[in-house]
Amino acid sequence: MYPEGLHYTKEHEWIKLEGDQGRVGITHFAQSQLGDVVFVELPKVGKPLRQMETFGVVESVKAVSDLYCPVTGQVLEVNSSLESKPEQINSDPYGQGWMIVVKIAEPKELRDLMTAEKYKAYLAAEGH
Amino acid sequence: MSEPAGPLKRTPLFDVHRQLGAKMVPFGGWEMPVQYAGILEEHRAVRSKVGLFDVSHMGEFEIKGRGALAAVQRITTNDASRLGVGQVQYSVLTTPEGTFVDDVTVYKFADDYYCLTVNASNIEKDFAWVRDHIVPTSHVRNASDEVALLALQGPKAQETLQKLTPVELGKIRYYWFAEGKVLGVDCCISRTGYTGEDGFEIYTRSDHAVRLWNALVEAGTPSGLQPCGLGARDTLRLEAKMALYGNDIDDRHTVLEADLGWIVKLEKGDFIGREVLARQKAEGVRRKLVGFEMVARGIARSHYPIVKGGNVIGEVTSGSPAPWLGKNIGLGYVTAEHAAVGTEFEVMIRNNPVAAKVVQTPFYRRPR
Repeated sequence: MYPEGLHYTKEHEWIKLEGDQGRVGITHFAQSQLGDVVFVELPKVGKPLRQMETFGVVESVKAVSDLYCPVTGQVLEVNSSLESKPEQINSDPYGQGWMIVVKIAEPKELRDLMTAEKYKAYLAAEGH
Repeated sequence: MSEPAGPLKRTPLFDVHRQLGAKMVPFGGWEMPVQYAGILEEHRAVRSKVGLFDVSHMGEFEIKGRGALAAVQRITTNDASRLGVGQVQYSVLTTPEGTFVDDVTVYKFADDYYCLTVNASNIEKDFAWVRDHIVPTSHVRNASDEVALLALQGPKAQETLQKLTPVELGKIRYYWFAEGKVLGVDCCISRTGYTGEDGFEIYTRSDHAVRLWNALVEAGTPSGLQPCGLGARDTLRLEAKMALYGNDIDDRHTVLEADLGWIVKLEKGDFIGREVLARQKAEGVRRKLVGFEMVARGIARSHYPIVKGGNVIGEVTSGSPAPWLGKNIGLGYVTAEHAAVGTEFEVMIRNNPVAAKVVQTPFYRRPR
């Protein structure tokens, strides 16, 4: 449920390194807490983001939740298929449910993020 | 809704919900299931098959005595004198300002015996209100803790419940009820609900709730019965434009502003709040609750401002996706000149104006 090799935030985003880029989404835990995702609002390609700046919003039937960018960088790609099929975030949060790709400006910021093991321990400590 | 401090109350079905894997949330002082399989799936089950809800958190008051009718007439806006024995009525407990203490259903059991079903979060407030405002020849008793309430809703509700009771359900008309045995235990079977769908609300003893729930699940499984939580209850009631106390109706808006003029019977005689409501009816309301759908992409949520031409003209009280209709809908108060069907305005979503328009309600009407 929490793939190895990804880096995780305390706000329940993941980032996967792809060279000097990073692919970003929300974790299994985040999607299960939200329930059925019905709406996403994502940034435009080219938008610069600081680490842990909000880059969009995800909404389930009942809840509205901000999305936080794990690292500083510029948006290179946006998963526009989520506009018509937001349920991919529930069914495949680490695959088809990806949200944006960013060009990583400060690789050392990855050290601020958690490994899968640490993220699982973090969830457990939070009582989940 | 703000949650009161102190331990959350639990219905007799709490352990059953946990075993079914429900996600539990605080609601009006109660720890209640918000979803089991998922809100969308539960919503669709009620519209196309049958759903089962635990609504035992709701409150029940008995009003008895020679003056029972006079008492109900005094504290509510609808005309309870029109009720036959076995009939149910949607009504409002009003303040002297014509605003809501609560919305209620009134049940007539006998000329000297009525029951009110009230919202869970309002039980204590309502009981004090009723006790302090009924007539001296009547008395009120709070039976909420002894009573469990299950709602079985959807096109397959009747065939499901019929397996468990000798009462001829086909003879109970909408907004009527029958007293009879379900699984051999005395129940009140009411053809009412909060989903816009056909169905029943079954009042029973608290100690019978688990057995009844399990039997209904078993009886309904061949028809695709789905346990449903408060999440689906909310989206279902919104599609049917049924008001939610604390969101769409409260002690700051009058019954007429809430577009519930059809349950305000000024001609029945005096009642609490009548003077204000009579004046408002004559003069017209300044703001009104309307139903709208989003024209542009976005979901309206409670408390988002409604704007037109850069001016705030109102506020959203409920908003959500409408799973059965496939669009995003909402309710909100707007100034009266912007309340007509077809009026275009914008909902402010995260500081962006997003186009919406006033539409006919209810948003959803069940096929008959």
